[in-house]
Amino acid sequence: MAGIPHDHYEPKTGGEKWLHSRLPIVGLLYDTLMIPTPKNLNWMWIWGIVLTFCLVLQIVTGIVLAMHYTPHVDLAFASIEHIMRDVNGGYMLRYLHANGASLFFVAVYAHIFRGLYYGSYKAPREITWIIGMIIYLAMMGTAFMGYVLPWGQMSFWGATVITGLFGAIPGVGEMLQTWLLGGPAVDNATLNRFFSLHYLLPFVIAGLVAVHIWAFHTTGNNNPSGVEVRRTSKEDAAKDTLPFWPYFVIKDLFALGVVMIVFWAVVGFMPNFLGHPDNYIEANALATPAHIVPEWYFLPFYAILRAFTADVWVVQLVEFLSFGIVDAKFFGVAAMFGAIAVMAAAPWLDTSSVRSGRYRPMFKWWFALLVVDFLVLMWVGAMPTDEPFATISLIASAYWFGYFLVILPLLGVIEKPLARPATIEEDFDAHYPAKGSDSVAASE
Amino acid sequence: MLKKLSLVAVSAVAFASGAYAAGDAGHVEDFDFSYEGPLGTYDQNQLQRGLHIYTDVCASCHGLKFVPMRTLSDKGGPMLPEDQMKAYTKAYPINDELANPQLFDKDTEEFRALKPTDNFPAVESQGAPDLSLMAKARSGFHGPYGLGINQFVKGIGGAEYIASILTGYTGKEKEEAGTTFYENTAFPGGWIAMAPPLYGEDVEFADGHANDLHSEAEDIAAFLRWTAEPHQDARKRTGFVAVLLMIFLTVTLYLTNKRLWAPIKRKKD
Repeated sequence: MAGIPHDHYEPKTGGEKWLHSRLPIVGLLYDTLMIPTPKNLNWMWIWGIVLTFCLVLQIVTGIVLAMHYTPHVDLAFASIEHIMRDVNGGYMLRYLHANGASLFFVAVYAHIFRGLYYGSYKAPREITWIIGMIIYLAMMGTAFMGYVLPWGQMSFWGATVITGLFGAIPGVGEMLQTWLLGGPAVDNATLNRFFSLHYLLPFVIAGLVAVHIWAFHTTGNNNPSGVEVRRTSKEDAAKDTLPFWPYFVIKDLFALGVVMIVFWAVVGFMPNFLGHPDNYIEANALATPAHIVPEWYFLPFYAILRAFTADVWVVQLVEFLSFGIVDAKFFGVAAMFGAIAVMAAAPWLDTSSVRSGRYRPMFKWWFALLVVDFLVLMWVGAMPTDEPFATISLIASAYWFGYFLVILPLLGVIEKPLARPATIEEDFDAHYPAKGSDSVAASE
Repeated sequence: MLKKLSLVAVSAVAFASGAYAAGDAGHVEDFDFSYEGPLGTYDQNQLQRGLHIYTDVCASCHGLKFVPMRTLSDKGGPMLPEDQMKAYTKAYPINDELANPQLFDKDTEEFRALKPTDNFPAVESQGAPDLSLMAKARSGFHGPYGLGINQFVKGIGGAEYIASILTGYTGKEKEEAGTTFYENTAFPGGWIAMAPPLYGEDVEFADGHANDLHSEAEDIAAFLRWTAEPHQDARKRTGFVAVLLMIFLTVTLYLTNKRLWAPIKRKKD
């Protein structure tokens, strides 16, 4: 399966040969588990396993929760309380599921920013990157619909605000919004379809994850040096890599263990830390909460959505040029989806021939600023819309687009990259020099 | 660089989530509850006193419609002996019949008495909110610097908010559009529509426990914290065991990993 030369599974016994000639499933599992992996992967390469764990955790707890949940506007909130009070271990299931969503996003953001820093999106891994972006979008959809299910105040008003975004699309918007909601407003039809889709989408994500893994198992993993594994011979490749099992399985499980310590402490000791108190008030269409705030993982993009108000000159210019078709509301919606679109387009916007940010002296600083920018957007997304937050969110949004649309293309031209190691082996040996020995080949 | 950035990221996530409700909130006093912190548990006697205050004072206007009567005997709750719980349930008055159609008996055409499997009745006639989840529907603590991490030791502060409301009346009143509002230092905006429900010495406890306003407010707040999070003690215990197991597993994996990689990293020769 992989392009990196290595030993493949050979059926030995009669039974193995019989199965292999009919369904080479053992070979598929063997090759997946024993895949040659760059031996210099650092601790930022552990998030994939955390994400896989999250998906399994969410599906398992979610399926059990669905056994006790009732998707009806009159019963949903009470059925959550039934889970919290009467179902054996129900409170644990629900808190694991709710905080599991947060862990999922912590991990996905770390995973995405790792990819952005080490240039994991660059050729030949564009497909892996694009599939990843689709997974991320599906995660956002799933999380958003999941948050509506408890039918608390923030569920209801969050659903009202977010589905309202689609209503801003010129021409078809209102029709689209009605179609999404199953009626003129968020109501029982909305809750039912959200429940149905919330159950469906995780399995779509699972399928996409399989394709995501297939894609990067074909190209091979990226690594902190950004230098490709030598494919000239099996021996050369073996100097750059180690099999996934046991080296990276054990390493990743250890990292997952550290994450789990924090996760269980949050679930056990402060399970409502990342939630909003208003969601413990049953949905009420007649009482709007003082501040409607999305969950923390949506805040950066929520900030971009709100940043482009009617008094911003870019918005006014676009409105004028489009004869008023693109108003401030639609501009904000377009900016929010555009913020993800420019990130997805990174493989084609980045003109640098150097993959890893480690060897890009100017890129490093712009990237650090992007991370800070993301955090500023997250913070300002939770703030009210008045000054100084309006200006801050506008500047932060501008930098987000500027990074992808201007800085990434320009840096490739003007930046002078540092010297890179010739091979992964060289990079690894520079970190772990042989002790009192002149022999380098003794690594096995 | 990524390491430093991820540290910043973690604190920013905490910041963004803690910053939510830090708006025009009133002053919330930091009460010392027995259940605070990762190992704190409910004080059974305090919950029983709180139940007493709820029954005598709050219940005339506020319902507890999500709380089953039988849970008054549950472990980690007020732990009323079963016969007491049954007697209490049977004698419990239904103030608001319209809000509790499930208790209407079609055969006798009368409202039947509560059973342990029923929830506390809803009360809607007074326009007062249900209190089952109030201690989680409000939060009192967002510090330090809006990070909200103090919730790890203090809890989210919903019970403190409730107790602060009950002790926060200044005695001033005003009338607006036919409704009387009472000045309250804990209520966001400063004026609340609820008349002061407790003055101190509103109930007498059989064991002679203090019944001044401050103690009463603390007891009822603790009780409402229990109604909002009845399995808190069990949850913390599970969390504690889980964290210990995870630490053990992680240390084991760390040592395995170290040994596994040692020849590769040439630390053993």
